[in-house]
Amino acid sequence: MVKEAQIGKKETASDCWVHLEIKKSGGIKIELKSKVESMYGKAIRDTSEEMLKFFGIQNALLHIEDSGSLPFVLTARIEAVVKKCIPQIKEEFLTPIIPQNLYQVKRERLRRSRLYIPGDQPRLIINAGLYKPDGIILDLEDAVAPPEKESARFIVRNALREVDFSGTERMVRINQSQMGIKDLDFIIPHGVHTVLIPKCEDAEAVKKINVHIQNLRTQHKIKNEIFLMPIIESALGAINAYKIALASPNIVALTIGLEDFTADIGAERTLEGKESFLARLQIVLAARAAGIQPIDSVFSDVADEEGLMNSILEAKSLGFEGKGCIHPGQIRIVNEGFAPSKNEIERAKKISLALEEAQKKGSGVVSLGTKMIDPPVVKRAERILKLAIQNNQIPANWKEELKDER
Amino acid sequence: MKGKTNAAGRFIPEKINKKPVIPFQGVGKYIPTYRKASPPVASCANYPKDGNKVVPSLREAFKRAGIRDGMTISTHHHFRNGDKVANRIFDTIAEMGIKNTRWFPSASFPCHAPIIKHLDAGVVHHIEGSMNGPLGDYCSLGKMKGQGMLRSHGCRYRSVQDGEVHIDIAVIAAPTSDPFGNANGLTGKSACGLLGFALADSQYADKVIIVTDNLIPFPCIPWQIHGNHVDYVVTMDDIGDPSKIISGTTQITRSPARLLIAEYIARFIKEAGILKDGFSFQAGAGGTSLAFVMYLKEFMKEANVKARFVRGGSTKYLVELLEEGLTDYILDGQTFDLDGVRSMRENPNHVNTSPFTSYNYHGKGHFASMLDVVVLGATEIDINFNANVVTHSDGMLLHGIGGWQDCLFSQNTILAVPSFRDRIPVIVNNVTTLCGPGELIDVVVTEKGIAINPQRKDLIKALKGSSLPIKPIEELKKEVEQICGGAPSPPKVDKKRVVAAIQWVDSTIIDVVYRVIT
Repeated sequence: MVKEAQIGKKETASDCWVHLEIKKSGGIKIELKSKVESMYGKAIRDTSEEMLKFFGIQNALLHIEDSGSLPFVLTARIEAVVKKCIPQIKEEFLTPIIPQNLYQVKRERLRRSRLYIPGDQPRLIINAGLYKPDGIILDLEDAVAPPEKESARFIVRNALREVDFSGTERMVRINQSQMGIKDLDFIIPHGVHTVLIPKCEDAEAVKKINVHIQNLRTQHKIKNEIFLMPIIESALGAINAYKIALASPNIVALTIGLEDFTADIGAERTLEGKESFLARLQIVLAARAAGIQPIDSVFSDVADEEGLMNSILEAKSLGFEGKGCIHPGQIRIVNEGFAPSKNEIERAKKISLALEEAQKKGSGVVSLGTKMIDPPVVKRAERILKLAIQNNQIPANWKEELKDER
Repeated sequence: MKGKTNAAGRFIPEKINKKPVIPFQGVGKYIPTYRKASPPVASCANYPKDGNKVVPSLREAFKRAGIRDGMTISTHHHFRNGDKVANRIFDTIAEMGIKNTRWFPSASFPCHAPIIKHLDAGVVHHIEGSMNGPLGDYCSLGKMKGQGMLRSHGCRYRSVQDGEVHIDIAVIAAPTSDPFGNANGLTGKSACGLLGFALADSQYADKVIIVTDNLIPFPCIPWQIHGNHVDYVVTMDDIGDPSKIISGTTQITRSPARLLIAEYIARFIKEAGILKDGFSFQAGAGGTSLAFVMYLKEFMKEANVKARFVRGGSTKYLVELLEEGLTDYILDGQTFDLDGVRSMRENPNHVNTSPFTSYNYHGKGHFASMLDVVVLGATEIDINFNANVVTHSDGMLLHGIGGWQDCLFSQNTILAVPSFRDRIPVIVNNVTTLCGPGELIDVVVTEKGIAINPQRKDLIKALKGSSLPIKPIEELKKEVEQICGGAPSPPKVDKKRVVAAIQWVDSTIIDVVYRVIT
């Protein structure tokens, strides 16, 4: 047991810094400096005392420098500092999951946009749901500096329970290897929908993680399935993409991380992306063969909206269904970009109606005007219509509405 | 402390600064019938025939103006946080041994912190005008001898016009002036666009001193301030810090939450049917307001709609609307950036206005009430749509009222606010200081949702079925309290010590500010 530890950040909006010194006597003393002292000073002191009592600490000096941290952050920081001092404490200080977050997501859903948020930056976590990405990734991996990783877990755990995700898919990117396994304890029982597994190189890595997930599900009586999205970030991973995609039945999508991938193959990442073209195609092929969604990497220049749009159209043309976002401003462009175009929808409607016509006539040949439509084209049209319905571009009952009009 | 509860339910002491005050009686209820105040008769025989009113120094000008203890000295705030004149004024009169003056600025800024030593020394007795930064703290902590009086821009004009405030000496910093005292804000190194906030001062003060760092030969064209009102002209090396008077460029917010608020407002205006050919709007220079203008501009182009006029504070973004033909006029109260100044100088359709034309309660109507929509900020809003714009939730004075109260009279008033700042809820049970009655506030737009005042059944109807996140304000408050961990504790204040009073536009007192206990 160490006698003292500190956690968190000073002078960082929506965060706090805490320092705990375990004493032999003298009871609990709390020294608070807060931007919101007159409004929430009492609340902060009460929470701090309640937590120390909860963890069985009787004599300690707790310093808090608070820059307007919300309760989920304050409690995460205090719990982290307590456990840094006394690692053997197993109890968790949890508040109930907010009612807004008691929703599940379907395996089959749009995953056009997923917004990466560093797991140790409460300021960015608080509003992430507002921008309506399809998914929010609380990142425990590369976005969090090594010294912050342990305490970020508490922030992410509390955020999953207490921050309104506004109906988006709650995703967490865990760390690699053992650290990633440990991360699971902080997310699986707390409402995560989908786990992103970084730097996947073979099916074994996925299976190993999934064993832990399934154990935690049993242990915590979690009924809903936890989905997986492996991230390919190396040459070996790209070669093994298909095996990885099939590694576990709860994998819903496969994606690629281009910064690490290009570094791994000894190339520079370019805007044009020749260096990763084959690997990206490999992702699409592996995902489609395994019946899951192929999702593209992120576009890193947040100021270049035109470049982003071009990269979306290129990704879409290769067969990708979504893209990572590193700024809320990219979400709308990504969502719109991956939605079918008006022309695509109109043509797909015509094909679908022609199919219906052909079926009525008992004919196996679908034709549009004088042109015969091949079965794969019909299949593609059906997929476009399904996407258009999911994207709220056309109503689910568009056919009936069309008939009503006529 | 003797006093009564006003029509808004706030306790108002009988007297402020030992003078009786009238408690707020309700919007539009207080209609005084006395005659306007008037300045003393001047005779041109007393002024130089060659029109040269230049005197060697500020001290000399004060001496000739007959400065005495207890006088009221006014300044304008077109130089914002770059003003160098107000500090010079009080340094000068301190040297002259003058005491107990009342400073009557149209607003004060953090650059005026040096006035604190003059308040401590009794050179300045108290300030009647907005106080923020160090002066706000000074007043909030009860260190000022007299009590502050906060008025909106329109209310300030009114207080001068109806004699509630008698200005003994007005000192008007002017970016360009001629020796006769004709002055404007259009040119010179300290160009600030216009001088509208000094208009009442020039018309009603006993003595008027122009201070300039750009003296040009007669005539100074155009004369935003008439030399015929002016007694003395003084030159000074630097009347302001140009980089702080005007920002080179004004910036649209990059905060995604604020951009979302801006987008919601623009969509609201479109869906409510306010966006139509010939409409008008006013938005400030804050990052959210600027972003709102950008979104609105897109909708205007899409719908092929143009505005008849927009009201400044002007910025590059409003100037673009004018130059792209999306509005016929900018009716401007203050320019916030270099593009605003340039446009006002060069474009006859970019017109300078004053609190008289835009806001004045004793005018025969004003422009603000004609606006179709105005977008404003607030520090707190309660569930009855009452709003605070002057104090922080800890009770400390934070902002001036500016034109905020006056603008509430527009056809549609929208408050754009984050639902909470740090951990502090903006939607609350009870505002710390009441500045605007809820009956004048129509819509509150936050990043978490939009609340429409239940009185505005027309807006509720127009927005029915909208995809915008419209919800009751109580629900917004509940959401915010869930996030922040309950309602905030009320500020710790000394209810026996009123440090400032908030006037309603008509001169009645709508609320008071108490000393904050630290």
